[in-house]
Amino acid sequence: MAHSTTLQPNAASAAYVDAPRTGTWDGGNEPFKASYGKLMMWFFLLSDAFTFGAFLTAYGLIRHKHGVFTGQAKDFFFSTAHWPIPEKVFNAFPGLHGIDLPLAFVAFMTMILIFSSVTMVLAVEAGHRMDKADVQKWLLWTILFGSIFISSQAWEWTHFINGTEAGTRMADGTIFHGANLTMNQYGPPLFADLFFFITGFHGTHVFSGICLLVWCFIATTNGTFEKRGHYEMIEKIGLYWHFVDLVWVFVFTFFYLV
Amino acid sequence: MATNLPVSAQSQGGVGTAPVPHTEHDDHLHDHEHHDQHWLWKYVFSQDHKMIARQFLITGIFWAVIGGVLSSLFRLQLGWPEATLDWLQPILGKWIEGGKLNPEFYLALVTMHGTIMVFFVLTAGLSGTFSNFLIPLQVGARDMASGFMNMLSYWFFFLSSVVMFSSLFLETGPAAAGWTIYPPLSALPQAISGSGTGMTMWLVSMVFFIVSQLLGGVNYVTTIINMRTRGMSMSKLPLTIWAFFLTAILGILSFPVLFSAALLLVFDRSFGTSFFLSDIYIAGQALHNQGGSPVLFQHLFWFLGHPEVYIVIMPAMGMVSEILATNSRKPIFGYRAMIGSLIGISLLSFVVWAHHMFVTGMNPFLGSVFMFLTLIIAVPSGVKVFNWLATLWRGNIRFTAAMLFSVGFVSLFISGGLTGIILGNATLDIQMHNTYFVVAHFHLVMGSSAFFGLFAGVYHWFPKMFGRMMDEKLGYIHFWLTFIGVYLVFMPMHYVGIAGFPRRYYSWTGFDAFSQFADLNKFISLAAILAFFAQFVFIFNFFYSIFRGRRATENPWNSTTLEWTTPIEPGHGNWPGEIPAVYRWPYDYSKPGAEADFIPQNVPYSQTPSSNLPYERELAE
Repeated sequence: MAHSTTLQPNAASAAYVDAPRTGTWDGGNEPFKASYGKLMMWFFLLSDAFTFGAFLTAYGLIRHKHGVFTGQAKDFFFSTAHWPIPEKVFNAFPGLHGIDLPLAFVAFMTMILIFSSVTMVLAVEAGHRMDKADVQKWLLWTILFGSIFISSQAWEWTHFINGTEAGTRMADGTIFHGANLTMNQYGPPLFADLFFFITGFHGTHVFSGICLLVWCFIATTNGTFEKRGHYEMIEKIGLYWHFVDLVWVFVFTFFYLV
Repeated sequence: MATNLPVSAQSQGGVGTAPVPHTEHDDHLHDHEHHDQHWLWKYVFSQDHKMIARQFLITGIFWAVIGGVLSSLFRLQLGWPEATLDWLQPILGKWIEGGKLNPEFYLALVTMHGTIMVFFVLTAGLSGTFSNFLIPLQVGARDMASGFMNMLSYWFFFLSSVVMFSSLFLETGPAAAGWTIYPPLSALPQAISGSGTGMTMWLVSMVFFIVSQLLGGVNYVTTIINMRTRGMSMSKLPLTIWAFFLTAILGILSFPVLFSAALLLVFDRSFGTSFFLSDIYIAGQALHNQGGSPVLFQHLFWFLGHPEVYIVIMPAMGMVSEILATNSRKPIFGYRAMIGSLIGISLLSFVVWAHHMFVTGMNPFLGSVFMFLTLIIAVPSGVKVFNWLATLWRGNIRFTAAMLFSVGFVSLFISGGLTGIILGNATLDIQMHNTYFVVAHFHLVMGSSAFFGLFAGVYHWFPKMFGRMMDEKLGYIHFWLTFIGVYLVFMPMHYVGIAGFPRRYYSWTGFDAFSQFADLNKFISLAAILAFFAQFVFIFNFFYSIFRGRRATENPWNSTTLEWTTPIEPGHGNWPGEIPAVYRWPYDYSKPGAEADFIPQNVPYSQTPSSNLPYERELAE
């Protein structure tokens, strides 16, 4: 409803009469100064955040249900009786067999993913300048970093699945190496279940992101966006890419740090 | 130009002639429709929001019939536990054994009845239909933000429907663990035959359903934010749009959590994980699963499940507000309070989920927190109820079929809401939990009342959907049979529940304590089956009127909102000329000094000098 503060003086020209109001939220415009496509991407990401939120809540609740190792860190041993200390599980690096490098590889992966966000920003920025060559260049870098991340994750999974040479003696007396969805040498089976599920779900997101970026690259090369007059699609995919990056920060925190 | 035709309100029972805006239309028509369009693109893979709405509605009606048949089947069992049901053999085949309904199939029946009614009818059929139909028409847009995604939304729903429908015909039966699909029952195929392929298909179907909801939801929200016509500020939106807006946001935020729960359950069922499973000994065998938590599933499920009931009821609330104001010929009482209470309900809906879980062994302190938050919902609900009643108060009421169903909605919402206060109390809930009292409560407050909202919406917007009127007399018959039927079913059900009769039981004849309720159960069953058959009056009226109904006028209810400024059968693009601009709120009914008892939203103040309020007078000068 109208308020007296917004009244026009009586001297307003006749043409002004019957004009609908034109404030930010008065319709006929984009109140957030964002196209519907960008808004849709934001709402999708909000929705996706709740999906991940549910998974990480599940992680927290299940972890809370399990026992913790109470001794000194140096005395830690793998057992299904307590939740493992991440530094003791993720301490391998490709090519450096047998050396204890806690969280070094995952730190590398995280760094790569953050780099990919930087190159994504540069691709979006190049799009604003309508610089086709630069968009292509930065998209390629982003695709490259994304692919390195995915490949690293594949290595990390392989290592996790194959396990250590020593393995762990299970309840039935046998020695088991590595982990799958039902058995786990590092700790309770659910540690492995959650690890596979949540990092896998995140990896699926990264993979979808790479596919989208490849599609963007092809479309850029074909001049689709140039003909359209803007590179907003890159911006939308960029939002998605940053979101996936952000989610990784949380996954990383939950699985590796705390 | 269609919008310039003077509308005679007299012939419709209204008062006076509504002013019509003098809009300067350029005379050539922007025709957005290709007249030689292939029927496949016009009727099947349509991107027109009005066609998609009709697709949702008709699919919803199909599902409602299936859901109703299922409930009649299990009511037969509950009402006449000793009867021989051999006559159902031709339909149910091996599920009738020796004249008796198979007990596991009974569980499948209640499970599928719940799933179908909650998701396929009252979520997709109700908000899918009316959000699609009304959002672009009432905010003044040519179509949804993305017509293509809107089409996908319907076809994902269709795919989901096909999967769910097929599961009814599985040899092992459809899902049977209740619509809430609690593990471990739903996670272990060896526990019950319905947890086999039927459960898998249930989960697959729901994943498609959630995708459909998401595609629809982001479309509704962005359309409302970005595509309102000139002058249509958020405080000039009809309450229907506010309701659809908040419903869509609830869907966007709560369905993904069900998606998470469903995915985790898929892994537990098919890949040997233990997210929801621990310490289970079944069929003489200990399972390997250790450390999971079935209560975790309940938390995830109800984080969706509770907002879901508001996803079901809020669109009905919005439409009822609109219909009550139109047919009382009065502004809605407390427009801003109505918006505020919708927002309040939406926020609260996310922090009350554990009131479904008072008996899971949760900390009583936590229980009391959830109880407190739950009871607060009575405040915005009360605001709405009193505003509806105040809107009716001394109104110039027209009893159209839509109006009857709207009043019926308010009645059912009050009756069902009162028992919500009882169930929201943790101590009382421990007594009532899982009894027919709960069943009676939610069937009144969100089941039947949402159905009443749906019917009200169909009767009211049918002329805009199909260009014809539904038959009023059949509408009255439909209303009274349904209204009386619903109360006859659910009022006695409270007593059965207070006596402690648990829901989902195949038969109570083994318990002396319950045998005295045999008569009452028979009565409920009889009423339920009669009320179900009464719905065929509606179905006949609906399909008959599509083809043979009386031709509608442009604005048959003398309503103020923008959808009634379109031609009788709007093409793709909705307005042949320019989209009208909006100057006033949507509830200028019976404004003192006005020539007619309604002033459409697109009439500027300069054309209504006789009725302008002081500050409006200045706006017009």
